[in-house]
Amino acid sequence: MAKKYDAGVKEYRDLYWAPDYVPLDTDLLACFKVTGQEGVPREEAAAAVAAESSTGTWSTVWSELLTDMEFYKGRAYRIEDVPGDRESFYAFIAYPLDLFEEGSIVNVLTSLVGNVFGFKAVKHLRLEDIRFPIAYVKTCGGPPAGIQLERDRLNKYGRPLLGCTIKPKLGLSAKNYGRAVYECLRGGLDFTKDDENVNSQPFMRWRDRFEFVAEAIQKAEMETGERKGHYLNVTAATPEELYKRAEFAKEVGVPIIMHDFLTGGFTANTGLANWCRENSMLLHIHRAMHAVIDRHPKHGIHFRVLAKCLRLSGGDHLHTGTVVGKLEGDRNSTLGYVDLLRESFIPEDRSRGIFFDQDWGSLPGVFAVASGGIHVWHMPALVTIFGDDSVLQFGGGTQGHPWGNAAGAAANRVALEACVKARNEGRDLERESRDILEGAARHSPELAIAMETWKEIKFEFETVDKLDVA
Amino acid sequence: MKSMNVMGDYTTQQSLETFSFLPPLTQEEVYRQIDYMLSQGLTPAIEHEDPSRTMSSYWTMWKLPMFGERELSNVVAELEACHRAHPGHHVRLIGYDNYTQSQGVCFVVYRGNGW
Repeated sequence: MAKKYDAGVKEYRDLYWAPDYVPLDTDLLACFKVTGQEGVPREEAAAAVAAESSTGTWSTVWSELLTDMEFYKGRAYRIEDVPGDRESFYAFIAYPLDLFEEGSIVNVLTSLVGNVFGFKAVKHLRLEDIRFPIAYVKTCGGPPAGIQLERDRLNKYGRPLLGCTIKPKLGLSAKNYGRAVYECLRGGLDFTKDDENVNSQPFMRWRDRFEFVAEAIQKAEMETGERKGHYLNVTAATPEELYKRAEFAKEVGVPIIMHDFLTGGFTANTGLANWCRENSMLLHIHRAMHAVIDRHPKHGIHFRVLAKCLRLSGGDHLHTGTVVGKLEGDRNSTLGYVDLLRESFIPEDRSRGIFFDQDWGSLPGVFAVASGGIHVWHMPALVTIFGDDSVLQFGGGTQGHPWGNAAGAAANRVALEACVKARNEGRDLERESRDILEGAARHSPELAIAMETWKEIKFEFETVDKLDVA
Repeated sequence: MKSMNVMGDYTTQQSLETFSFLPPLTQEEVYRQIDYMLSQGLTPAIEHEDPSRTMSSYWTMWKLPMFGERELSNVVAELEACHRAHPGHHVRLIGYDNYTQSQGVCFVVYRGNGW
């Protein structure tokens, strides 16, 4: 039915507030935490967010009548109180599938968290969660390998994997760096890792690092009989350089490379994930810059959204925080997005900050990586919190061992295996942690020394970004 | 225990993945791990290999995976039979997970010669 053109400014809620709307299975759903400007009704603020993140603009335009806006517009369909917060509210918005290009996380984010975040009618805005419809999920490549294939390639089953970031972060020469890698791997780690800001600085150019690290891996594999890897960070200034580094990593025969997905960007990440899938390369993902985006409880994007986006864009490992270490992380919230990375169906669960059912269909899972300020005393808690499909990374907790990296690595490996064995025997790891570790240390002087070294270190600060509870 | 002040030297070890950094499991400890595997609904399977060929993805399979097996004693009997037939080989126990199509458990029960 043709409508007449009526120029001027309308209230957003006339068009974009639809409390009776029943979302379709194919809709992309979003939950925003909205803190409106004073005097702006909730429905109007919610509708404004829906409009500005989909088809709308501030004024009616004649060309709207050339299309079917009812088919394309986003709709605010529900408003909820935020527990314990009178200033903000949750707005639920449904977006039709055709608003987004297939397989493009870039396009989804540009729409949902584009201009709208600078919009004057809202004081703060935070994207809490997205429900990706299965129809959209099927257009995304996802993890190049996934948890199961990675385990099969590396022959590691029934336990978390063990890693370590090589320190100092910056300043080592390529050969000395390779030495630190070799020592960790021969001592019993599965992986070592470039730090996020190791790219190709003057003191250690990328090609030299790749060559020495490849030699370190090969020697450690030969001597231990186990498969090993080191995440070679291929993050670079341009896509051309990124692929050049990835190709060389393949040439020297290593199993895994690494990317900083937020500073590198989703275009680079999705392209690299596709390259990895085609070249049988695993992909480790670091989340540098995430806290800029996700830490403020009222503004930005919650990490669970970034984690979902990464699973769709592609990555086999993703850093999730440790809950117990030096970096921020609420336990229930972390468990929520760890599930979002690994499981195939995750039901709505507000106690874990999950606002929607999420069905990933056949999309492979991503290993959760716990890294940052953890040491052997944390092992029982880490095994309990993260379970088997995780990579536990002890940087200082390996290389700070008084006898060096190999002994530090062995200490962590003994502690890990003792915890897995005890868990399988039905013991309560967190309650019996001291007993389990001390028992294991009786057969491992390396572990005994590690326990002595780090017995006093704790990181107990209040979490800044907590789940919303009354 | 050595003192903190005495520097130790770590000797690289040949190892065979999960549990190989612990002392060899006692019979009782192996039984508890089998109990765990069965309680998780995993399918027990046994593989063995000459110690010189352990890096391959495939070891030789002992009979077929024990589909539907719930009895600890039957799993133990097969492990012992495999070990008797191949005394110089490593023997490992696997728990197949048909949901993830992966292995939920895998560890070496008998360490063969050369390790």
